[in-house]
Amino acid sequence: MSNIVTLKDIIVEFDGERILDRINLDIGDKQFVTLLGPSGCGKTTTLRIIGGFINPDSGTVTFDGKKINGLPPHKRNVNTVFQRYALFPHLNVYENIAFGLRVQKLPEKEITKRVGEMLKLVNLMGYEKRSVARLSGGQQQRVAIARALVNHPKVLLLDEPLGALDLKLRKEMQIELKRIQEQLEITFIYVTHDQEEALTMSDTVVVMNGGIIQQIGSPVDIYNEPVNAFVADFIGESNILNGLMVKDKLVEISGRQFECVDKGFGENTPVDVVIRPEDIRLVAPEEAQLSGIVESVIFKGVHYEMIIEAYDYKWIVQSTQAAEKGSSVGLSFLPDDIHIMHKMDKPAKVQEASAENEN
Amino acid sequence: MKTKLIASPYLVWMVVFILVPLILVAYFAFTDGNGNFTLDYVSDVAQYSPIFVRSIWLALIATVICLLIAYPLSYILTGINKKSQSTMLMIVMLPMWMNFLLRTYAWMTLLGNNGLINSLLGFLNLGPFKMLNTEGAVVLGMVYNYLPFMILPIYSVMVKIDKNVLEAASDLGCNARKTLFKVVLPLSLPGVMSGITMVFVPAISTFIISRMLGGGGNLLIGDLIEMQFLGNSYNMNLGAAISLVLMVIVLLLMTIMNQFNTDDDVVLM
Repeated sequence: MSNIVTLKDIIVEFDGERILDRINLDIGDKQFVTLLGPSGCGKTTTLRIIGGFINPDSGTVTFDGKKINGLPPHKRNVNTVFQRYALFPHLNVYENIAFGLRVQKLPEKEITKRVGEMLKLVNLMGYEKRSVARLSGGQQQRVAIARALVNHPKVLLLDEPLGALDLKLRKEMQIELKRIQEQLEITFIYVTHDQEEALTMSDTVVVMNGGIIQQIGSPVDIYNEPVNAFVADFIGESNILNGLMVKDKLVEISGRQFECVDKGFGENTPVDVVIRPEDIRLVAPEEAQLSGIVESVIFKGVHYEMIIEAYDYKWIVQSTQAAEKGSSVGLSFLPDDIHIMHKMDKPAKVQEASAENEN
Repeated sequence: MKTKLIASPYLVWMVVFILVPLILVAYFAFTDGNGNFTLDYVSDVAQYSPIFVRSIWLALIATVICLLIAYPLSYILTGINKKSQSTMLMIVMLPMWMNFLLRTYAWMTLLGNNGLINSLLGFLNLGPFKMLNTEGAVVLGMVYNYLPFMILPIYSVMVKIDKNVLEAASDLGCNARKTLFKVVLPLSLPGVMSGITMVFVPAISTFIISRMLGGGGNLLIGDLIEMQFLGNSYNMNLGAAISLVLMVIVLLLMTIMNQFNTDDDVVLM
């Protein structure tokens, strides 16, 4: 698969502070790629570099095989859906969508046709004459998407586009965005801090923190095989414990040894151990190596979330069965559910950056 | 009920100081010295039409010049950093802290035949040029005094334009010039409109500027009205009639101008 956008050794500094530190990223054509991370991780800056709003201090940006460093936004075949929509308040829905086409001075007939297609694509037929100020958040979002897509960009950049919508609408729009991306067969580069959103829509997720790419992979890979404790913690809830890798396939947690499936960490190496809350089963105390006291039980709808104190660590456990508060329970998990990671004290070794989907 | 109660002092104020005077102006305009109804004074106003035309014309020129200075200045201001913006605004506002009369009087000493400018030119064996007591001097005085009233509304509307919207325009293919004409200009139009109003209305009715910088030869409506009340040709009824006609003209002009505001595609200038 060919790459549409390539970032090579991108460095950005503001006031001496390094915002992006040697970002290397290949984005495959027609992919849905999500840049995921907490605020201030550099994901929006990365997006703005591709859009042309920021020029990197060093490194190269390649688009469709051509170097585009320094090329202003209006000369790039890329369009952006902005965080707070940034619709033109003086224009109605139709004119907002037609804006890019009018700038290109296309014939009126062509404009009418293409705006019509877009209105249909985003389900806003009949809203042509409506003032954008009188639209709901979700509708404004649709106009913003249509306004960007009407120019037939090769790449659509989306900067936390669903951040301002309520949960239900957000879920609807996630499905709709995915549908639009598949229907139009163009590349979407999507920025979000919502891990669920990233997992739902993406072909490839790029997890960032502190201006560094932590991990690139498919949603399943990222969730099941996080490369470090940061990724594990950011993608879903996790129990992250200090462990000691005794030898290959044997790890010690809280003074007890557990079989696991990881190897290659050497002998007696301190490691981070990650166990997902949903992978832990509650059993009778005498049946498990670890046992603890149930500190709290919260009903979350699909499951109960319990905090269990065991050997100075508060375990998060998710289960459809509630244990009684204050009771003593055993914690049981399979070797496959124990994920071993290098300690993060030195900068996490970044996996060789490639956002191409391997499958 | 409560809001009505709070509003009542303002209501009283408006009635006593705005509505009643307006009615009085209309009353005097349509009556003679004995209180009998007459159209004489209103029809007399027609003989002063050259003065009306001059007032409108000079106020118009001053307004256009203010706009041509204020718009680019505001645009440049919004582009620089916040600290420089407030410094620049301060400089714009500074003359307003000085007395209006003093400011205008200063121009007299600059522009006079023996004034500073002509003295300097004299060293170069140029001039003296007649600058004081010309229409140009009146327009200069208007521009100088009323420029801040054009800059402030335009600047305050422009500074509120969402930077994301400008980026969106750039993203959709606009270079800097197209962004200015397709986005900044229509979005700043309300500021332009109130700027025009705030300059044009005081400019058309000024009498100090024209008297100090225009000499006797550049009488404006303001001077004419002043003469009816404070001057030798004391005639309150005629003064009221002139005021009334001026008010109607300004109202008409403002109404015409506000038509532009509703239509987004119309670009001033």
